[in-house]
Amino acid sequence: MDYILLVTQLLNGLQLGILLFLLAAGLTLVFGIMDLVNLAHGSFYMIGAFLSATIAAITGSFMVGLVLGIPLAFLVGSLVEISTLRTLYARNHLDQVLATFGLILFFDTLVHLVWGPVGVAITLPDYLDTSIRLPGDIIVPTIRLFIIGVGLLVAAFLYFLVARTRMGMLIRAGASNRTMAGALGVDIQRLFTLVFGMGAALAGLAGLMATSITTEATIGMGNDIIIQAFVVIVIGGIGSIRGAFVAAIVVGLVDTLGRSYLDQLFKIFISDQNAETAAPAVAAMLIYIMMAAILFFSPQGLFPPKTR
Amino acid sequence: MIKKLAIATIAGATMLAAPAWSADTVKIGFITTLSTPAAILGQNQRNAVELAVEHAGGQIAGMDIEIIFEDDAFNPQTGRVASERLAADPDVHFIGGYIWSHVLLASSKAVLDAGKFMISTNAGASQMAGADCHENFFSTSWENSQNPRAMGEVLNQRGVKSLYVMAPNYAAGKNMVEGVEATFTGEILGRDMTRWGADAQLDFSAELAKARASGAEAIFIFYPGRAGGAFIKQYMQAGLEEVMDLYTVFTVDGISLPRFQEAELSGVLGTFNTNYWSPDLDNAQNQRFVADYIEKYGQIPSHYSSQAYDLVFMIKAAVEAVDGDLDDMDGIREALESANFDSVRGDFEYGSNHFPIQNFYLREVVEDSEGRWATQIVSTVYENMENPYIADCPM
Repeated sequence: MDYILLVTQLLNGLQLGILLFLLAAGLTLVFGIMDLVNLAHGSFYMIGAFLSATIAAITGSFMVGLVLGIPLAFLVGSLVEISTLRTLYARNHLDQVLATFGLILFFDTLVHLVWGPVGVAITLPDYLDTSIRLPGDIIVPTIRLFIIGVGLLVAAFLYFLVARTRMGMLIRAGASNRTMAGALGVDIQRLFTLVFGMGAALAGLAGLMATSITTEATIGMGNDIIIQAFVVIVIGGIGSIRGAFVAAIVVGLVDTLGRSYLDQLFKIFISDQNAETAAPAVAAMLIYIMMAAILFFSPQGLFPPKTR
Repeated sequence: MIKKLAIATIAGATMLAAPAWSADTVKIGFITTLSTPAAILGQNQRNAVELAVEHAGGQIAGMDIEIIFEDDAFNPQTGRVASERLAADPDVHFIGGYIWSHVLLASSKAVLDAGKFMISTNAGASQMAGADCHENFFSTSWENSQNPRAMGEVLNQRGVKSLYVMAPNYAAGKNMVEGVEATFTGEILGRDMTRWGADAQLDFSAELAKARASGAEAIFIFYPGRAGGAFIKQYMQAGLEEVMDLYTVFTVDGISLPRFQEAELSGVLGTFNTNYWSPDLDNAQNQRFVADYIEKYGQIPSHYSSQAYDLVFMIKAAVEAVDGDLDDMDGIREALESANFDSVRGDFEYGSNHFPIQNFYLREVVEDSEGRWATQIVSTVYENMENPYIADCPM
């Protein structure tokens, strides 16, 4: 086994993990603080990608798309919270699941109406659309390093926000006990709108990042990845940003390393042909198996919120 | 059972009651994918059929042509129900279309048991070419493994010694891999079958890293739909263009190329793929088809379109050979078997399993004189290629 491949795969896993973290951060905040199951979180991932890609296409600049698209995703998220979700906080989880599933259908159709059935392609600037040779002869696509960089910045920003600012204090208070926080005079409603919008913006950022790898923003793109984001927040402990970060990196690494090495592992035990057919199927299941194992030992996830 | 019997009795009675004369229209059922993201393929076929009807003057043997389009929604059940509906119409004599092998296999019994002609304009399930061949089933396309077999031969001819293979982990993906490996004589240094279906894998970072580490000279892929664009983008981003050449089947065509061009995936230019047809194929029927298709729809047709276009002319020639007597099944069958019509692929013959015995070409992706990305024939890989399953067909 050569180390260049291993390091490359670790970087790939890290990048996938970072992408999942961007998506899961908002999901875990909304679930943890607002106690709202939001299946439509993947729709913001899609909307963010479409908005940014369209702006990038019009202005001819990927960076302008990035900088303008994300606040727009924040706006869309806030509007959805104010117009629709606000009435759902008091309802049970099943009602929330149904309503947010309806939102998925709404957004998929909206995108279909506005952008048509074919996706929107995104073009990267030349300096991102290439690869870099790292020390030790490791060749990595620039865009993947860019995603890792942006993701780590966002993680640092979130850590600072939650741990060091007044707003973070309110968020933590809301996560621990929102009735009590409200009783102490915190404007819970405004806080929720803000948190929800922020989650949507992060999802939109993740959508744009994913699109810069897979070429096109497409209808329903968020519905595929949202399941993995749920796996991340369940493993990490619902409501915990730190948990989401650690779990996302772990899920990203397990998924990537599974795809990389599982067939070689299987070939030791079964025939080459069977190994090649079985390995991708098992690799796809790996993160769910891991989730089951972690929940067996720690039913609240790795970093459960301290008070509930 | 009783219910089934009752339906059969009623159906029998209706057929007896129906007048024996043929209608003054030729009704052709056409099942394709008109919804879901795959609808772009079905739309290409529909466009081609409508253009062909126009070119045929809207008439066959003095009768009007009526095409009934039905959507299979990329789903075998939906496709089968639509097929059953069309098969139950006594005025429908031909049911064509079918993009997907699994939809074709789910529908074939309903259509063939009803005594209709079934003509696949894309799906090339090997079963229909082999053990499940049928006297009333025809194909205007190919059998799945032919195209990758031709590609394996291309790799041999170009002196490629080592290959990395990637395809989606499902039936057709496996067929493609088996096909290329059946003819490629060099060494396969690695093989990845990636997750496919509703949540198909679009991020190939791990696989591309393995491909680079394998040191293979070339990489062979089969990625229809949006996975193709995603793959090519990441292949470029990873800088693999300089390290290993890209060879594709059913990934680069008239549908995907405009989107690749829009996304500036220049890595696809100069790559090779194989097909039985290309827009620049030099025969009168094809040139008329391509020129008018571009004029009418503003894009270069794909092989999906070419196969659907052939369908109308094939039926027209066969029905006119029996002077419009739609009840003369044997006569029509004989005429269909003769392949005596102007095909966009040029002259060809049908094998005993009713699949075309035809040439396969090596195509290169180039920028044409009008700046569009298109495929261009480089050479003929196989002349009059038979598919390998013909021996299993009892006909």
